[in-house]
Amino acid sequence: MLVPCLVVFALFIIWPLGKSVSLSLHGSDLFGRPDTYVGLQHYKDMLGSAEFRHILWVTFAFVLLTVVPGVLGALVVVLLLEQHIKGIRIFRTAFALPFAFSVASASVIFATIYNPAIGLANGLLGRFGVDRIGWLTDPSWALISVSITTVWMSVGYNVLVLSAGIGAIPTEINEAATLDGAGGFRAARYITIPLLGPQLFFLVVISTIQSLQGFGQIKILTPEGGPEQSTKTLVYSIYHTAFANNASDFGAASAQAIVLLVILLACTAIQFGVLERRVHYK
Amino acid sequence: MRPGRVVTYVVLIGAALLVIFPVYYVIAGSVMAPGQISSYPPDLFPHGIFTGNYQGATSSGTPIGQQYVNSILQTSIITLAQLITSVLAAYAFVFMKMWGRSVLFGLFLATLMVPWESIVLPNYLTITGWSIGGERLTASYAGTMIALVLPFLANAFGVFLLRQSFLQFPAELRDAATIDGCGHWRFLRRILLPLNKPALMAVGLYVFLSAWNQFFWPLLIGDSASRRTLQIGISQLNDAEAADPGLILAGVTLSILPTLAIVVFGQRFIVRGLTAGAIR
Repeated sequence: MLVPCLVVFALFIIWPLGKSVSLSLHGSDLFGRPDTYVGLQHYKDMLGSAEFRHILWVTFAFVLLTVVPGVLGALVVVLLLEQHIKGIRIFRTAFALPFAFSVASASVIFATIYNPAIGLANGLLGRFGVDRIGWLTDPSWALISVSITTVWMSVGYNVLVLSAGIGAIPTEINEAATLDGAGGFRAARYITIPLLGPQLFFLVVISTIQSLQGFGQIKILTPEGGPEQSTKTLVYSIYHTAFANNASDFGAASAQAIVLLVILLACTAIQFGVLERRVHYK
Repeated sequence: MRPGRVVTYVVLIGAALLVIFPVYYVIAGSVMAPGQISSYPPDLFPHGIFTGNYQGATSSGTPIGQQYVNSILQTSIITLAQLITSVLAAYAFVFMKMWGRSVLFGLFLATLMVPWESIVLPNYLTITGWSIGGERLTASYAGTMIALVLPFLANAFGVFLLRQSFLQFPAELRDAATIDGCGHWRFLRRILLPLNKPALMAVGLYVFLSAWNQFFWPLLIGDSASRRTLQIGISQLNDAEAADPGLILAGVTLSILPTLAIVVFGQRFIVRGLTAGAIR
């Protein structure tokens, strides 16, 4: 009964994993397909190149620009929702709506909004006398615009996880705090936020992993990796290196894929390490 | 109302409007006439319902209708297959004693840590390298569909979730059923599955959502527009019709109808699936 799963995993996960490593040690022919063995050459090239350092920097900036606002924004919303708000269900549904949007549909909507000439973003800002912004064409804005789209897509999930975490906090704790005169900010600062620690940690790790894997929004919003490569993250670079029309190179792309794998495994290891400690702590 | 409460409401309503706005805009924009949507200063409320965008989106160079069929087919196959493979594996992990069971389950979980982007290139080489009767697999429509779904016919997440659910089943009941001569298949179909409908729904909806929303793999598979999935279709619509935002938004609106229905009506099942990793 395990056979169907095992076949799929072996064929499309485990074997490709080894194949990725092997590809990263091979050069590529004119069509980008692997040919001669080149050893660690791709890795040496990568580590020595300024372009690769730029890619890692963009990747890091993208993670920072999506994870921090995404988690903090959701935290503020959830803390406010806890203040015995009327119409809490309406708010919950509102914040859950972005769930329904695929990465492609969300990106296409934001592409329309960001449109420099007829887009809504510049149209509305123009009313307040703000100059037109090249949301996707200005190198200093492109990554921010892609990040805004990403944060929008993740807010629903973040709110959901934190709401569930707050729901699990025994009400007596908050009642006791209220009796002792700790309201609003102080209760949040000293009671709710510390008790949400595990959920916040989980969200930071999971959002980091998702941002590191972000691809659709970058491909759709900034098709060439952005103006001056300002949105060229590691995953985009893997795609670009393997499928670029004139310089396809599966070997070099695979070396980048292995770097991505190592970074993501490290994130997962951190997550498990901390969760393990938590379990013992209980 | 105390000033603090007013601030709370203002911030919440502001945040909610920001989140809802793109949702409103995609629907409102899809029924705006071309002159209105690109007017300056921008006009946020449609003047009546303009259906031309929908006619345009379904009859433009991008065959949205055919792509809708492709996506439904691709998503249904993946969902059904993953439900079957997950049920079988979870059943084996819970109810069958075998050598090396926990090691094998560990291996299953380990597959979840491998990011798709790090193995996509070998998979691409494998699948585009296959041929049937001298023709490349992806040369035919059926072959393209096979290429789209094949790597996703099983996933350890579903196995994990169903295993958790199956573990709740009382061992005494299982023993009683066995003593009464109830074999594995009968037990699975008549007793276990009906009792685990919520978990099956959670897995099914979760798989449906993620398959419907796939982007990277479908981008690589499919030679012509009529074999593309809807997600690739709307992104190409975006490239091809940049001067006509209403038409693009109509395409997007059509593409989100199934998932919007799932999120609005199936919320409690999805919450269960999505937060499974978060709350222990």
